[in-house]
Amino acid sequence: MLEIPSLATVASVAATRLGVALLASAAFAGAAVAQQSLAALSSDARNWPMAPRDYANTRFSALDQINAGNVARLKLAWSFSIGAARGQEAAPLVIDSVMYVVGPYDGPHPNQVFALDAVTGELKWSYAPKPDPAAKGVACCDVVNRGLAYDSGKIFLNTLDDHMVALDALSGKELWVTKLGDINLGETITMAPLAVKGKVLAGNSGGEMGVRGWLTAVDQASGKIAWRAYSTGPDAEALIGADFKPHYDWMKGKDLGATSWPADHWRIGGGTVWGWLSYDPETNLVYYGTGNPGPWNSNQRPGDNLWTSTVFARDADSGQAKWAYQMSPHDLWDHDEINENMLLDLEIGGGARKVLIHPGRNGYMYVIDRATGEVLSADPYDTVTVYKGVDLKSGRIEPNEALKPVLDKTVQNICPAPPGAKDWQPMAWSPRTKLLYVPHQHLCANFSTSEVSYIAGTPFVGATVDMYAGPGGHRGELLAWDPVKRAKTWSIAEQLPVWSGALATAGDVVFYATMDRLFKAVDARSGQLLWQFRGPSGFVGQPVTYQGRDGAQYVAILSGVGGWPGVIANAEIDPRVRNGALGFTGAMQDLPLYTVGGSALLVFSLGDGHDAAGAASPQPPAQ
Amino acid sequence: MRVSYTLLSGCAGVALVLAAVHAAGGEPAMLRVCADPNNLPFSDADGRGLENRLAELVAREMGAKVSYTWWAQRRGFIRNTLKAGLCDVVMGVPAHYDPVETTRPYYRSSYVFVSREDRNIDVASLKDPRLRSLKIGVHLFGDDGMNSPPVHALGEQGIVGNVIGYTLYGDYRDATPPARLIEAVEKGDVELAAAWGPLAGYAALTSPVPLRIVPIADGKDFAPLQFSFDISMGVRKGDAGLKKRLDEIIAQKSPEIAALLTSYGIPLAPAGAR
Repeated sequence: MLEIPSLATVASVAATRLGVALLASAAFAGAAVAQQSLAALSSDARNWPMAPRDYANTRFSALDQINAGNVARLKLAWSFSIGAARGQEAAPLVIDSVMYVVGPYDGPHPNQVFALDAVTGELKWSYAPKPDPAAKGVACCDVVNRGLAYDSGKIFLNTLDDHMVALDALSGKELWVTKLGDINLGETITMAPLAVKGKVLAGNSGGEMGVRGWLTAVDQASGKIAWRAYSTGPDAEALIGADFKPHYDWMKGKDLGATSWPADHWRIGGGTVWGWLSYDPETNLVYYGTGNPGPWNSNQRPGDNLWTSTVFARDADSGQAKWAYQMSPHDLWDHDEINENMLLDLEIGGGARKVLIHPGRNGYMYVIDRATGEVLSADPYDTVTVYKGVDLKSGRIEPNEALKPVLDKTVQNICPAPPGAKDWQPMAWSPRTKLLYVPHQHLCANFSTSEVSYIAGTPFVGATVDMYAGPGGHRGELLAWDPVKRAKTWSIAEQLPVWSGALATAGDVVFYATMDRLFKAVDARSGQLLWQFRGPSGFVGQPVTYQGRDGAQYVAILSGVGGWPGVIANAEIDPRVRNGALGFTGAMQDLPLYTVGGSALLVFSLGDGHDAAGAASPQPPAQ
Repeated sequence: MRVSYTLLSGCAGVALVLAAVHAAGGEPAMLRVCADPNNLPFSDADGRGLENRLAELVAREMGAKVSYTWWAQRRGFIRNTLKAGLCDVVMGVPAHYDPVETTRPYYRSSYVFVSREDRNIDVASLKDPRLRSLKIGVHLFGDDGMNSPPVHALGEQGIVGNVIGYTLYGDYRDATPPARLIEAVEKGDVELAAAWGPLAGYAALTSPVPLRIVPIADGKDFAPLQFSFDISMGVRKGDAGLKKRLDEIIAQKSPEIAALLTSYGIPLAPAGAR
């Protein structure tokens, strides 16, 4: 068993990119940890070593100290303010009883990283980069950061202004900084990076800014870029070569990333990579989805617009594509497909299948053979009016022609609305119940095309999106879905979109949280509410769980409303303008009545038999 | 030149102090303007833009001085500047632009076709069949899902394969990022561009090759799309006093304002044109 000694009293100061140094107390002996592979760290249930917990993106923890029988006694153990009242979407990482967490772009120290004792909450060090303030001006939909990555004693941070930073996990000392993109071109980074085999992978955001999406692999030791795969453009730049074998014929051919667009439009065509990455060590393939095509005005870009709204499987070492599958060719509705790809081994049709499950923003739950890209099933899991179904033979989704956007006409009853049936908020899987736990929104929209808006030099006319609650009148849901039976097992209707992630544990408890300030635990088998805690601000974060060196199991989540549906409560958006925040305002006009912005990390435990606060003797931070 | 926004928070404090300082006549000693530091012909940090000159004209009438808060005119511009109290007026917004209170319009312009004079292209309508074969440049925006009216009109007619999009945001390190579209016409990368008139007209003044500017005159053919817009100044909603004063100045100084617009090459559209 690994033991972290209580604090050594070595004080050092973290040297940072621009000399902003905060405290760095306590270099603690963790050398043994640094030597462990990420896969090994992930197999130790005490840790939460990557945002989705494991390479398969299951967000399942084998810890069972907190269970359906005792979760009702869960209590706040400690808390910590991140000091930036914008959307708190990050997953804390926990490696051997040390917690690492990153803040959004806001406050005096945007994208600040904190290392905390995971048992006592004591601050060990913090690192404050100096991202360019102009980054805030090009970020779509709130200035969130979805988490850090860890590998071999290093913490990897993406800043909103497109830098990747490596920090020494023990001291917070900056090791290298690499510029990956350019805010002047509309690029930002909000996603959590993933560490894989000596590299760190990250992609860009900015699909609404005329950018070209990419996934980039950076060498962990040197900070040098190892490869970059663009989502659009010629094969050479999309890293599509001889190994590329898509399952469906319409995705075979030369340079489809360029030829499925009008002249040169692929250069500004979106396909950004701002969601989740997963990895299969057996096949050495990395899986991820790409964003919607740009611009939203779809009549300007006839063609399939490859490789936007697409799931890619790529070789982790070279970045070369193995297969791809485009969920929504020629997307009309901002249906990015950046959502997570969960890698599971399931019994389907009497045989064991290695599958990838993709909860589509388009409203379909895809079960895909992860070796070949063949779609095994695709079933609607929320109200869908804009598509008629997915043809499994051709792999093509069938748009509802009657609802295509037409200028001078308000198209009504568009479901799912532009954020999709589910957006970035990650689902969880329990191998015990064989159920997926899917936090998602339940929204429809009216879509019209004559609103005048303005940037000096360019009065323009465009789409006006007005969102509202879907059938039943609720705007969110936690859904328990059986991917083999292809059916809902149970669901919980929520008043507001469920924009937090889900967490499943071996204690048969599922955690999720709501924008009206409730952090909840429900029974994994029945959905029965077992416990809830009223937080300081609405939740859009990712719950995680870990075991401290005191032996106690903890559950942690960031509170602080925001994200695309939440900017109305944290960024002074006028709630009367229904089409503000790219149309989300109309669906969220009442949110400021429930919560304002906040920035608190909350950590819970049962608190019995484990004197959490006293487990390590507190020491004053070094001056 | 890289534009720094790091002084903005400091500016806010200064601005609040200045707002409290009024000249004896009841008019403010300082006309607080929010503007883009890199967006000619409208404004730039060196004060060379049309809207800089207009601000000086207005301030002179009020017996005030001009102070600026600089912010790129992108998503959130009004929210982060005028609405945040960092200034009291934005010199150019469309008339009746909802987030602000707008003054009476001080000019009207339209979208135009821009081409090299030596190509002798006289296309004036978005319905001209030659648009199907010419290589056309447009601004593509994308933010908020919106695009310029000519882009919609071309798309509606299926004219897309020969249309090249240039992002309006461009690369902000370069001078006047939206101007890349006009430069593409100058260089011959595209044969024709559909652009907002003031941008094209200003470029034509200094272009190394003669440019032809033809207003897009399609009336109501593409309704509800419109290709001409009234432009006003914008103040915070409820700031009736300032709006009234600006209305008076616009009325009294219209000959000077017209001369200013002409000196910037701004193509003016007739009132009521669509």
